Amino acid sequence: MADEIVERADGSEDLVLVGIQRRGVQLAERLGRVIATREGVNVPRGALDITLYRDDLQTVGPRPIVGKTEIPWAIDGKTVCIVDDVLYTGRTIRAALDELADFGRPARIMLAVLVDRGGRELPIHADVVGRVIDVPRGGRVDVCVTELDGRDEVTMVIAGEET
Amino acid sequence: MSAPLGKDLLGLEHLSAEQISLILDTAEPLREISERAIKKVPTLRGATVVNLFFEASTRTRISFEFAEKRLSADTVNVATAASSVAKGETLVDTAKNLEAMKIDMVVIRHASSGAARFLAERIESNVINAGDGTHEHPTQGLLDMLTLRRKFGTLRGKRICIVGDVLHSRVARSNIWGLTKLGAEVAVCGPRSLLPNAMAEFGVQIFDRVEQAIEWADALNVLRLQLERMQSGYIPSLREYNRVFGITQERLDRAPRDLVIMHPGPMNRGVEIDSDVADGPHSVILDQVTNGVAVRMAVLYLLAGNAPALAEAAKGGDRQ
Repeated sequence: MADEIVERADGSEDLVLVGIQRRGVQLAERLGRVIATREGVNVPRGALDITLYRDDLQTVGPRPIVGKTEIPWAIDGKTVCIVDDVLYTGRTIRAALDELADFGRPARIMLAVLVDRGGRELPIHADVVGRVIDVPRGGRVDVCVTELDGRDEVTMVIAGEET
Repeated sequence: MSAPLGKDLLGLEHLSAEQISLILDTAEPLREISERAIKKVPTLRGATVVNLFFEASTRTRISFEFAEKRLSADTVNVATAASSVAKGETLVDTAKNLEAMKIDMVVIRHASSGAARFLAERIESNVINAGDGTHEHPTQGLLDMLTLRRKFGTLRGKRICIVGDVLHSRVARSNIWGLTKLGAEVAVCGPRSLLPNAMAEFGVQIFDRVEQAIEWADALNVLRLQLERMQSGYIPSLREYNRVFGITQERLDRAPRDLVIMHPGPMNRGVEIDSDVADGPHSVILDQVTNGVAVRMAVLYLLAGNAPALAEAAKGGDRQ
């Protein structure tokens, strides 16, 4: 995935990785480390919490845990690669695009996800995908990362049954 | 988890430690929004908030207004001198009329203790208490707690002494209830004429001499001497108050440790606090103001978007 990101971004020079809270942040950090080893360039990393940009506050109520947003550098003119664990409806990414626009005007925004599970509700697609898994509506894909969960694992749950 | 706080924020007395921690934990990341070039998130887009201030206030009203605007709410300020309250309209009539114009939240400051609860029980909108009489000022209590928590890392076991006019202070009550719930030790210090008779019921220590308080505490929350009440003979003179209870650098120099200094403002420099202390390296008075916006954003966010049915369910968490 790291190679593909660099290739699609036309090199790592103006590249910036922004992970979405929570698991996306750890994945962005890991991709950054791989890019550093292969390219010898330390790509800047940031974190985005989209809780305050959700479109369902009035229907579901507030999500109690708001994570940290950290974009410590200007993103104007950069190639920003948003990193998330699972791409599903596309609503999280819609919110992330809105939030990024409040920080500046990147030359280009890409999207990299570990798992694309289908089921889009918005015209959004990922540029770099680790794995495509077709999960029916009602099913769930859980991504665990060692930093937060003590292990690296992708679990698919269909109608209550684990596979 | 919906409606984590219920419909209203009226005080800290009836909140659980978990609810208070939730507000502080939510406020923490919201601080970042005020650092951005574009200080705004769309969270409360379309919500209308009325700031209903029946008492003079600069800091609190502006802080609420910034918090509302940075969450993209639409705000209306009602100052009572220029409203129909001056023509004799009752509190409930004023609020019901505002509600008829389809509002979502009311932030109320009132000279009577209990005014916020009185209103909350009679209107559908969320009500946030911005200070009611000598009862509570919950968002001030919360911002004091956030400031201390950021300074110390935790409130558990920390010793906070509230110094001065506790009798008239809603800030003191919110501080005492909030801080003790999160495990801090709280004491008060001031002339007995400015401490409530029932102080013992709060379960806090009382110091008669400010030197003892300084010896004991990790932080001082220095209250404003309410000069407008000076005519009623609570203290002999301002100069004497400063001599006996004033927080001076000289007194702090004798402390066994560096004390964190707080003041809810507005300050009477040279009366309850000396300028070199207020502007000194251990003063967090301006941090309190910064944290105030984040705490109020957190409260607005956590109260928003809950249906009335959910608010009913949440009343279980409120022991009233």
